[in-house]
Amino acid sequence: MAKALVFIDNPGGALKKSSRELLTIAASLGESAVAFNGELHDDVAAAIAAHGATAVYRPSAADLDEYLVAPKAAYLAAAVAASGADTVLLENSADGKEIAARLGVKLNAGVITDVVGVDADGTAHKSVLAGAYTTTAKARTGVAVLTVKPNSVDVAEAPAAGAPETVTVEVPADAAASAARITARSERPASGRPELTEARVVVAGGRGVDGDFGPVEELADALGGAVGASRAATDAGWIGHDFQVGQTGKTVSPQLYISAGISGAIQQKAGMQTSKVIVAINKDAESPVFEIADFGIIGDLFKVIPQATEEIKKRKG
Amino acid sequence: MEETLKIVVLVKHVPDAQFDRHLTGQGNTVDRDESILSELDEYALEAALQLSEARGGAKAGNEVIALSMGPAGAVNSVKKSLQIGASSGVHLSDDALAGSDAAATSLALAAAIRYLGPVDLVLTGMASTDGETSLVPAQLAERLGLPQVTFASALELNGATLTARRDGDGHSDTVEASLPALVSVTDQINEPRYPNFKGILAAKKKKITTLSLSDIGVDAGQVGAAGSLTAVETAAARPPRTAGTIITDEGDAGIQLVDFLAAQKLL
Repeated sequence: MAKALVFIDNPGGALKKSSRELLTIAASLGESAVAFNGELHDDVAAAIAAHGATAVYRPSAADLDEYLVAPKAAYLAAAVAASGADTVLLENSADGKEIAARLGVKLNAGVITDVVGVDADGTAHKSVLAGAYTTTAKARTGVAVLTVKPNSVDVAEAPAAGAPETVTVEVPADAAASAARITARSERPASGRPELTEARVVVAGGRGVDGDFGPVEELADALGGAVGASRAATDAGWIGHDFQVGQTGKTVSPQLYISAGISGAIQQKAGMQTSKVIVAINKDAESPVFEIADFGIIGDLFKVIPQATEEIKKRKG
Repeated sequence: MEETLKIVVLVKHVPDAQFDRHLTGQGNTVDRDESILSELDEYALEAALQLSEARGGAKAGNEVIALSMGPAGAVNSVKKSLQIGASSGVHLSDDALAGSDAAATSLALAAAIRYLGPVDLVLTGMASTDGETSLVPAQLAERLGLPQVTFASALELNGATLTARRDGDGHSDTVEASLPALVSVTDQINEPRYPNFKGILAAKKKKITTLSLSDIGVDAGQVGAAGSLTAVETAAARPPRTAGTIITDEGDAGIQLVDFLAAQKLL
């Protein structure tokens, strides 16, 4: 039977939805196990068990977070060997992809990124060239390493296999020998909104917001969504670069994407055109974003958005 | 006096994203007509030039080598890099390389970099604008045994110690590594320069070395479709999105928007 290993890195007090999606895919492929890093809280351990994992592997070293990527890949390679897994599933984040990349070299295993679905035979479905094509790909090696995009599958728990056994994996002594060290970290204040790449709803502003993200934020909050931005808006300094959606920013695929004051050049489309429903608001009727919008409004976002926000609040009571 | 630097910058020839891009042929590879130097690699080249210039530039013996792997047309990205300011160029070209995945690409690039002798720094862009997998820099670092400092938004070099700023979700990290190292840079790190007339003239005198697989000691079977660890089995163009309802605001568009969301069960 196939055996899938899910890498879960520092979930904190609760398991993220994207991690639960990985566990759901793992259970659909066969026996599943978790390679864990960080502090394992009771709630997280219970959630992992509820997804049917038979084992939780933990590193012998506690300092993996002090380095960039490399020692985590070394730990994960050891966990793959210990578990006998033939499929490794990771988040499609920057770190997730890099850990996958290095793991691929260590194990001589094929790596497939941007996966949106996995068949029982290991065939991975992905979208490429900014969503213009969907492809299927397969690793030609004994072990396949896949990084999976959030919002790809519906989370489902699996029949619990009893309490998973905990196994400590020896991290190779030289794992951090040639790794870059993280010497300082500054946290930015949390917004309280959902994470951009995982959000069900994204409201994004561009050049047209002219420095004022207030209406965009209020609509996002009324819909319980995340705030995004075009490169024009982040380059202008109106909002941080981690909010950027597009080719050089984040790729999002929410149920609803509301684009406000964004023209929708190809670089922006690259980050959002796989969204289920796209709404566009722009003063310029010629904006390319209207070519891909399910619902387009030619109008002033400073009038349309506050009116919509008020109406949503009224209907939600 | 600080040591001189030997920097290799990876430059990729990619389809221009302003045109429609296509997958073609048996291996579902990217059609590379209408290709240009990847915009994201220009930031890596600029970062390399700034580090070199801080130590006196080419005159003082610092080297910035633009390395591109790809079919014949890829030499254009090397030429463009020389016009912008790289001191020499290397074009790794071999028919057997076609269809290489990240594993095969990083294997060939690692061999080409080893061929160039000890280097202090390998610089890359944050991703290619076509493959978008971002795997190659990390795999290259793993193969070469170098510390990797990826997604650097700011970069400083003091002696042999690199310090970079790396902006993550909700936090910003300071990362340190010793040379030799591999660094990938984001589009926030600098403002890439354009080639000027002097640079274009000077580029004509700069050397471009063409390397084949046998030059770098790689067998054809280790790269290309044969040496790749993944295979793309099917490719289908996504049905183009079609425009839906477009309205012009006549005072109640916000209400109509909410009606639309309610009808789509999105409230």
